[in-house]
Amino acid sequence: MRRVTNHPILEIEDKAEIPIVVDGKTLYAREGETVAAALTANGIRVFRHTAKRHEPRGLFCGIGQCTDCIMEIDGVPNQRTCMTIVREGMVVNTQNGNGNSGGKDDGHV
Amino acid sequence: MGMYDVIVVGAGPAGLGAAIEAKKCGASVLLLDENDRPGGQLFKQIHKFFGSKEHYAGTRGYIIGQNLLNEADELGVEFRLGVRVWGLYPGGGVTATDGETSVRYFARKIVLATGATENALSFPGCTLPGVMTAGAAQTMTNVQHVLPGERFVMVGSGNVGLIVTYQLLQAGAKVCCILEAAQKISGYGVHAAKVRRAGVPILTGHTILRANGTDGVESVVTAKVDERFRPIEGTEETIECDTVTLAVGLSPRIELAGVSGCKMAYSPALGGMLPLHSDDMETTCGNILIAGDLSGIEEASTALDEGRMAGCRAAYALGYRTSKEYEETKRALLNRLNALRAGPFGEKRRAAKEALWNTMR
Repeated sequence: MRRVTNHPILEIEDKAEIPIVVDGKTLYAREGETVAAALTANGIRVFRHTAKRHEPRGLFCGIGQCTDCIMEIDGVPNQRTCMTIVREGMVVNTQNGNGNSGGKDDGHV
Repeated sequence: MGMYDVIVVGAGPAGLGAAIEAKKCGASVLLLDENDRPGGQLFKQIHKFFGSKEHYAGTRGYIIGQNLLNEADELGVEFRLGVRVWGLYPGGGVTATDGETSVRYFARKIVLATGATENALSFPGCTLPGVMTAGAAQTMTNVQHVLPGERFVMVGSGNVGLIVTYQLLQAGAKVCCILEAAQKISGYGVHAAKVRRAGVPILTGHTILRANGTDGVESVVTAKVDERFRPIEGTEETIECDTVTLAVGLSPRIELAGVSGCKMAYSPALGGMLPLHSDDMETTCGNILIAGDLSGIEEASTALDEGRMAGCRAAYALGYRTSKEYEETKRALLNRLNALRAGPFGEKRRAAKEALWNTMR
């Protein structure tokens, strides 16, 4: 889990670093990347825990179809991290169950 | 709001092909996609494509994507990105949301090019972080430029498994092996030879039994399988790895076609359940056409030409082409598609397509 810096085909641009806050800690993302990419590059792969069995989940399909990689972003739960682009100062939290939306747990796993 | 001749849903190769062709014929076209940038999955394809010159042989996928976008732009195709289509209505209504509000558009013809979903595989530990589709690893590596692991085990030796394996190596990862349950490699020999030369063993007749780990994959257990794909006791082996990538096929993404009432057909050679369609990409719903992986799992080049066929057919049905002009284009496109569906791999898909077309007649 690391950034690709040398590649035989792709030209890897040096993008600006931007700070985001993940579970209270400041990490550095690259401008234009997804939240999932920023977390992966920082060695994080548990994005949430399921509601019933508290099992860890992370990236699965990477293109917004499966919703396994959802987290709380800027206070809003169930955000697909593989589809959400980082912004400076973004607050990302590991999601537990259905997240802290203030609503009731509806029993989804 | 807005009224168009043709609305295309999905801006991958099929959708771009349809939009470009319909626009060329003179139709007004709106292209909708849920992603923030068009091109579908072309932008993670960094390998050179096969086929003929018309099919951009020798050109890398992401360059083809860029060329198509430029062409669509120059023609004046209207794009709406970051909007997800969630409803189709009789009479041509298309409802799309950006996550905040929903907007309804209207079109006389709708081309669905919603693509495919990668298949999952069920085994103990398959939900652990670190188990992902091959496409997810490919997107992370080639588009986001982040390797999602260091030591990979690839499940599946079809072209996706083989190509993504090679691309993981190019980005500097280690791929321990490719597991293939069948007794022979299922992708092209040329791709298989490449990963073998790079030192990755392809273990045919092998499956994954489980993935071990607490907060993520730490190892996998493999086993040999018999001719009926049952694991053989005593052949278990543990491989240390941090990532398992699944390349076990794709399925057409049929939800929108399903809600609009298109009659479905089951075609194993083309990826399973899909909307029944004719050789000019019409469905059983008069105003809805389809193209690309939605109409059967094939390759980007076939998707592009099926898209062109659908776009041209829609424009013809709306009076933008004479029947002579249309027949000419159709014949040329069918010839190109036939060429793509040649050989031992393509032959099965061609036969499956023809079976669908015959059912439509």
